[in-house]
Amino acid sequence: MSAADSFAAPVAEVPGGGQTLLTVEHLTMRFGGLVAIDDVSFLGADGRITAIIGPNGAGKTTLFNCLTGFYKPTVGRLTLHHPEGEFLLERLEGYRTAQKASVARTFQNIRLFPRMTVLENLIVAQHNKLMRASGFTAAGLFGLKVYRDAEAKAVDLARYWLDHTKLTEKADVEAGNLPYGDQRRLEIARAMCTEPVLLCLDEPAAGLNPRESHDLNDLLRYIRNEHKIGILLIEHDMSVVMEISDHIIVLDYGRKISDGTPKAVRNDPAVIRAYLGQEEHEELPPEIMAGADNAGRSPDDA
Amino acid sequence: MQNSFAYFLDQLINGLTLGSIYGLIAIGYTMVYGIIGMINFAHGEIFMIGAFVSIITFLLLGMAGVTWVPLALIIVLVVAMTLTAIYGWTLERVAYRPLRRSPRLAALITAIGMSIFLQNYVQLLQSARNKPMQPVVSGGVQVFEQQGYVVSLSFMQMIIIVLTVLLMIIFTTVIVRTTLGRAQRACEQDRDMAALIGVNVDRTISLTFVMGAALASVAGLMFLLYYGVIDFYIGFLAGIKAFTAAVLGGIGSLPGAMLGGILIGLIEAFWSGYFTVEYKDVAAFSILVLVLIFRPTGLLGKPDIEKV
Amino acid sequence: MAVSAAEGIDIRPLNLAAMVREASITALVVFALAIGLVGFETLDVPGGVAIRTRFADVAVVMALAFVGRIALILLREHRPRPVLIVAPILTAIMLVLLLSETIFGSESGAALKRFMPFHDPVVLWGVVAVTVILAVRAAYAQTHVSSSLTLEERDARMDRIGAGVQRAARLLGPLLLGAAIVLPFMPFADRRVLDIGVLVLMYVMLGWGLNIVVGLAGLLDLGYVAFYAVGAYSFALLATQFDVSFWVALPFAGLMAGTAGVLLGFPVLRLRGDYLAIVTLGFGEMIRVILLNWYSFTGGPDGVSGIPRPSFFGLAEFSRSVPDGTAFHEMFGLEYASIHRIIFLFYLILAMALVVNVFTMRIRKLPIGRAWEALREDETACRSLGINPRNTKLTAFGIGAMFAGFAGSFFATRQGFISPESFTFIESAVILAIVVLGGFGSQIGVVIAAVVLIGLPEFFRDLQQYRMLAFGMAMVLIMLWRPAGLLAHREPTLRLFGRDKKPETNS
Ligand SMILES: Nc1ncnc2c1ncn2[C@@H]1O[C@H](COP(=O)(O)OP(=O)(O)OP(=O)(O)O)[C@@H](O)[C@H]1O
Ligand SMILES: [Mg+2]
Repeated sequence: MSAADSFAAPVAEVPGGGQTLLTVEHLTMRFGGLVAIDDVSFLGADGRITAIIGPNGAGKTTLFNCLTGFYKPTVGRLTLHHPEGEFLLERLEGYRTAQKASVARTFQNIRLFPRMTVLENLIVAQHNKLMRASGFTAAGLFGLKVYRDAEAKAVDLARYWLDHTKLTEKADVEAGNLPYGDQRRLEIARAMCTEPVLLCLDEPAAGLNPRESHDLNDLLRYIRNEHKIGILLIEHDMSVVMEISDHIIVLDYGRKISDGTPKAVRNDPAVIRAYLGQEEHEELPPEIMAGADNAGRSPDDA
Repeated sequence: MQNSFAYFLDQLINGLTLGSIYGLIAIGYTMVYGIIGMINFAHGEIFMIGAFVSIITFLLLGMAGVTWVPLALIIVLVVAMTLTAIYGWTLERVAYRPLRRSPRLAALITAIGMSIFLQNYVQLLQSARNKPMQPVVSGGVQVFEQQGYVVSLSFMQMIIIVLTVLLMIIFTTVIVRTTLGRAQRACEQDRDMAALIGVNVDRTISLTFVMGAALASVAGLMFLLYYGVIDFYIGFLAGIKAFTAAVLGGIGSLPGAMLGGILIGLIEAFWSGYFTVEYKDVAAFSILVLVLIFRPTGLLGKPDIEKV
Repeated sequence: MAVSAAEGIDIRPLNLAAMVREASITALVVFALAIGLVGFETLDVPGGVAIRTRFADVAVVMALAFVGRIALILLREHRPRPVLIVAPILTAIMLVLLLSETIFGSESGAALKRFMPFHDPVVLWGVVAVTVILAVRAAYAQTHVSSSLTLEERDARMDRIGAGVQRAARLLGPLLLGAAIVLPFMPFADRRVLDIGVLVLMYVMLGWGLNIVVGLAGLLDLGYVAFYAVGAYSFALLATQFDVSFWVALPFAGLMAGTAGVLLGFPVLRLRGDYLAIVTLGFGEMIRVILLNWYSFTGGPDGVSGIPRPSFFGLAEFSRSVPDGTAFHEMFGLEYASIHRIIFLFYLILAMALVVNVFTMRIRKLPIGRAWEALREDETACRSLGINPRNTKLTAFGIGAMFAGFAGSFFATRQGFISPESFTFIESAVILAIVVLGGFGSQIGVVIAAVVLIGLPEFFRDLQQYRMLAFGMAMVLIMLWRPAGLLAHREPTLRLFGRDKKPETNS
């Protein structure tokens, strides 16, 4: 597996359109004997929403963990085409993925700073920027203007995302005291406060009611259309996936079984087979086979 | 003298004896860490209580006129294991169980608080002075001789090593063969899941503490026999060293704990034998730091990738 | 059985047999715990150890456990009335026994004292405390629907109290500071009072320093005193070997301690928090072993003596006559008094402690301080935001160690003599107890705790013996009762709407 040429770009063009932002090549992740991801390659585009779907245990979260530096992939190359140059994500350890390559993420099980306020959560997200502004604490300790200005700017950015996630009213509430739906949105706001080029969302709609879920769709479209960043979205709710994504990748037992536009994936026999094999996932096949009527919507109609 | 084989052999025997004691304590650390994921700082104190219960029982037996050594040893062993195990049980029940779902820091502080409490409890009840005891077992066999340097294996060292091996066999059988062992392994992997499929989690954790404490009390008895003197403070250093042993062997791994214990015992014995006795504790501690730098999972531990 | 309390709780019929059985089991467990260590006392006699029995104590302990357990069951089953009757009676009896000599005069008092269940009055006071708590709980249960609060309710309540204390501290803090400033000029401020004041302030400073590590960053440092020792020895050796003055050696000692902290923290801080706890615990002990045995450098058990006392900012010395320089009293045209130096030390440590305090308050509101708290809350989330966990923790750990180093040099210069004796694990435990009792992250809490834990035992020397026992127990009880720390309350570091305008109050 060492020959570099075996990594020659396996996919030519991003199915949902757009500029290539992320190239995943031959990604494999093993835990002892378990192969959680098995030779997966795909492209992710800038300014597009790429959905990653698949049954429980398919390896979706593991894929995110590899992308965001939590796991070191067993094999594979993950290239991020950042405006400032290319980053090989598999070589960046842990926090550096977010710090250097501007990849942000949310977690399947919400991970906020529960005893800090909503606003503080968003300020912590701007840590690296503020550290520089505070002269690595020295300037901050003496309350220099440079730092005070930077902090005011950080609050402005936080305010912007609070407004867009409808959390402004609750800015001074402890994050742990927020209702579940608010916590989910706060996590997205926090990720956005790091000003990422790639945003990875792990089941953001899980546990939301239909109304909240609808708002979430709007928020994601807004992020895509206004901020032009790439979004990777893990989601089980097919109505969300079909409605907002531009490009879908289907994983099953760690392998990629389908990759294409929502329309193409919906009609892919491999996908139908994979989902029909799983009794617990009855919610999916009817939608896939019925070719849900909300499918053809363009990304921009909100 | 230092470079003779006899001297080497002497240190080896000392190291194995010491290592048996550390290994028995280390098992308690490793089991508790495996099952509830915390360092039981009070475990060293449990060991110390075991030593105190042992000395008291020996003295009582002496007063009662039980002089046949094997019988006395067995009685002391049983009494010490029982009474100390109840300390282990109570410790878990009173201090740790209510905090099982609290932040880590809270559990750690409780553990250290418990350690301070038990140390001072024994000090207040039994005074701070050294408690010496006449050797119970004397004599031994000569195993080697070189230029007048006699290496002997005392009966006491034999007892310590044989008892450790015996306990290890019993213990491993329990863990591998019985339902309790299976329940323990289930709780280690996923406590909520284990509860769902009908494992009595509370009882399993309690029994883990009971077993750990019982083994620590045996170590306490051995310590008493080996050094012939104890005080309320012995649990502190022995605890740190045994913990080092558990980390060295790979925390969570039972064979690892025993292996780590033997290694720490050997390192300490050889360090004292060939370098300086004063810094033998520093040697053990340096090992801990080195292991944490270069191999935090220890010799036999499994890598622990955090699921997020 | 009378049904007490209010409606709304269904009160099960009391199962007497079950109750007695439960209490008997408790008594039996207590018997097993007590029989070995309480029942027999090892006495030191020439040539070995003898044994004495204390069976009466075991019996009393068992009886107390039995009764106490029954009381708890009754409270649990919402039947507080019997407890409400019996607990005060027991309290009264104990108090009469305890105070018998003052009440009945020494003769009949001494006769009564023989009925005391324990020889030691302190244990009896402990029992009194328990009966009082039971009585209060019973009274509460009698008048309220629910006799016990859920953990969340209790936490919310304690948080309100903690918030109250912190709000009061904004007013009280300056007052306390004012009181501290005028203290040396008070008529009652003799040498002893000032010495205790200096001691308390030293622990306040140490507590504030450790609070950065434990309270803000959530790192459990069990060897804090090791850095204190590094500071003290760095200072002492610099001052005695190289004739460096206090004001030059002080920053250096802090630097040395901070460096020691960074070196120790570096390998450990990337691992789980538990490892830090045990490594610092070990480190504290190892420093002591090294200090004891490195005779040529540290003087071993003899320690370092002849450490110079601080001068008045290098301008004047605090002694009766200074051969080549100015004396403090001459400089200000005062009568010579040995207390001048103590007053100076008092102000010095007050200033040093304040520096730590101001530093902590400021740094909390800076990115680094917020990152510490965030790391305490969720390290994984921090990594996903690009925060370097190890370096961030390392700064907290190093800064905490540095402050301990400063405090250590003050200690050295104040004592004039240091030896490894002063740097045992007990010291670390005391400092930790101050932080735990005060509440993680609560600056005023540390002051209160230091006054209570250091000041009181200094005045009541009889209690010294029980001090550590009580500290250990207090740590456990506080964590069981409120895992966040007794008076912990977290003020946000910044607000969008200001303190008073609350657009929406949650909870
Ligand atoms: N740290 C780990 N150690 C061992 N196995 C792991 C680890 N992380 C994930 N796995 C395994 O990898 C497989 C894929 O898990 P993953 O969490 O990626 O699934 P998923 O697609 O996100 O599922 P879900 O929809 O339930 O979130 C599972 O079998 C899981 O048990
Ligand atoms: Mg997942």
